[in-house]
Amino acid sequence: MSLASAGDLPGQSLPEGSLDKRLLRRPHELAILGVLLLCAAVSLITTALIIFVLVRETLTFFEVVSFQDFFLETKWQPLYEPVSFGIWELVAGTLNVTLWALIFAVPLGLATAIYLSEYAASRTRKLVKPVLEALAGVPTVVYAYFALTYVTQDILQPLLGKDNVPIFNAMAASIMLAVMILPTIASISEDAMANVPRDLREAAYGLGATRLEVATRVVVPAALSGIIAAILLAIARVIGETMIVAIAAGSTPNLTLNPLEGVQTMTGFMLQVGLGDAARGTIDYQALFAVGSMLFVITFMVNLGAYWFVRRYREEYE
Amino acid sequence: MAAEALKLQAAGSVARRQWVARASRYLFLGATLAALSILALLMFLTAKEGLGRLELDFITNYPSRFADKAGIRPALLGTIWVVGVGVVLAIPIAVGTAIWIEEFAPKNGLLAFVKLNLANLAGVPSIIYGILGLAVFVRFYNMGPVILAAGFTLALMIIPMTVIASQEAIRQVPPSQRDGALALGATRWQAVWHSVLPSAVPGIMTGIILAVSRAVGETAAIIMIGGFTFLQFSPSIFTPIQSLMDAFTILPIQIYGWTIDPREEFRQNAAAAIIVLMVGVMALNIGAALIRERFRRS
Repeated sequence: MSLASAGDLPGQSLPEGSLDKRLLRRPHELAILGVLLLCAAVSLITTALIIFVLVRETLTFFEVVSFQDFFLETKWQPLYEPVSFGIWELVAGTLNVTLWALIFAVPLGLATAIYLSEYAASRTRKLVKPVLEALAGVPTVVYAYFALTYVTQDILQPLLGKDNVPIFNAMAASIMLAVMILPTIASISEDAMANVPRDLREAAYGLGATRLEVATRVVVPAALSGIIAAILLAIARVIGETMIVAIAAGSTPNLTLNPLEGVQTMTGFMLQVGLGDAARGTIDYQALFAVGSMLFVITFMVNLGAYWFVRRYREEYE
Repeated sequence: MAAEALKLQAAGSVARRQWVARASRYLFLGATLAALSILALLMFLTAKEGLGRLELDFITNYPSRFADKAGIRPALLGTIWVVGVGVVLAIPIAVGTAIWIEEFAPKNGLLAFVKLNLANLAGVPSIIYGILGLAVFVRFYNMGPVILAAGFTLALMIIPMTVIASQEAIRQVPPSQRDGALALGATRWQAVWHSVLPSAVPGIMTGIILAVSRAVGETAAIIMIGGFTFLQFSPSIFTPIQSLMDAFTILPIQIYGWTIDPREEFRQNAAAAIIVLMVGVMALNIGAALIRERFRRS
């Protein structure tokens, strides 16, 4: 062996060029690389297709319905005369269930995360966390069944009176949406809390803080960007959830935040059109995509926010 | 006497803080158990309601106007077909994407964009995938509301989450393993194929099973494709190519149909179908957990 190969001695990193030369030995591997690149392109094409389809049908929609009608009218009544296309009733429906679901899920989810991260023995944590994560896999149509048959008919109506709780109401949907997102909030927040350096806790204990004070005044603030990311991801899931709201909250567009009324969300309307088999080119079909665009833009922004916060907390302690 | 003196007893505000801290444990524990026990109760009620209907007839019968004669045969077979097609399409594409990202992609803006795009796609609501499938497969390619269109749609939906899980699995393989293969003269692809991938397979499998479990429960997207139908036949496995172009329904949509049916008897059918669906989903989740556990130990 000549001295020229000294660069390949163990302990030294491989010269970049030699790996490329190896490719010449097996040129068909270039084809494999091409296939891998195509695979990666599929997800880019998916996004492009989603945007293309949404934009195209939405533009056709706005040829018939004006921007003013869509954004300034308050009545959503696309399927029968007199037609009206004010999106805010649907947005209000989505906002209604999102708000109430968060009111139930955020305190419970954070309390669960604090218990698992700061109080529970590691054995308990190892038992409870997988159970929580398995809950995230329960099909939402099952939650929808719970909401309509048990929460509304067996709990809310007997509790608050049949006159006060209609069979389709935002409350039952919100309660099951809260159960649906609780694992997301608890699990991601717990990860963020577990990543808070031990030194911070030790320092607080050293100053005489109790366990509760360490949890609420040191760990939670230190994990805040992770907690916000968890809540944003949960919000995106609630906004995009269809079956629970379509089955339990009803199909009456309604500009209210009152949880004891029936509401229709953006997703609820989309499913209603999907069930009716709208023909291509009709105004229902185009309204479906216009509402879909609105939904896509809102969830996209919320998800982007979550992505930003996740990266921020990773930078903080990892 | 010394022991007596050292026995510190907090008083006043300190005692109160300590008492609050002790009480807080039970408050947080209560919150943790609250949601879990509500859900356990609801599952129990459903099981109680549905078990009576869960006979062989229920699995093998077609839907019917009479609740006690109705069964889930087409829905169950439709679920297997649609999820099967979706998974077969999604696995190679998802694993290929993960390999490209972790092993071959140049570390530049394109890679960052691909990753951001995947994170966003994983968060796109399933009903948006539904209208994508409706516009592209059902209408533009004129497939109609058939198994293949639903399979394509499900594939697009589960690719992002499968990619992210596969990336995680590939990253868990120690770099020394890849470097060892490269040092022995392997090309990059040989190192990936013969050294990295075999070690990553359990992790990738876990991710795939969890994606399958999500696909099995997907309802909204498939309704948009046109899966809300009342069928008196089920796709044949003897003519698989024709079957891909058959109309279909799936188990979660059958549950939806029975849940919104105002007739009281059908509530029992919905509960029984939920038991079947949950047994399937649980089995998948437990399978994934077992593989992950074995993988961790070795």
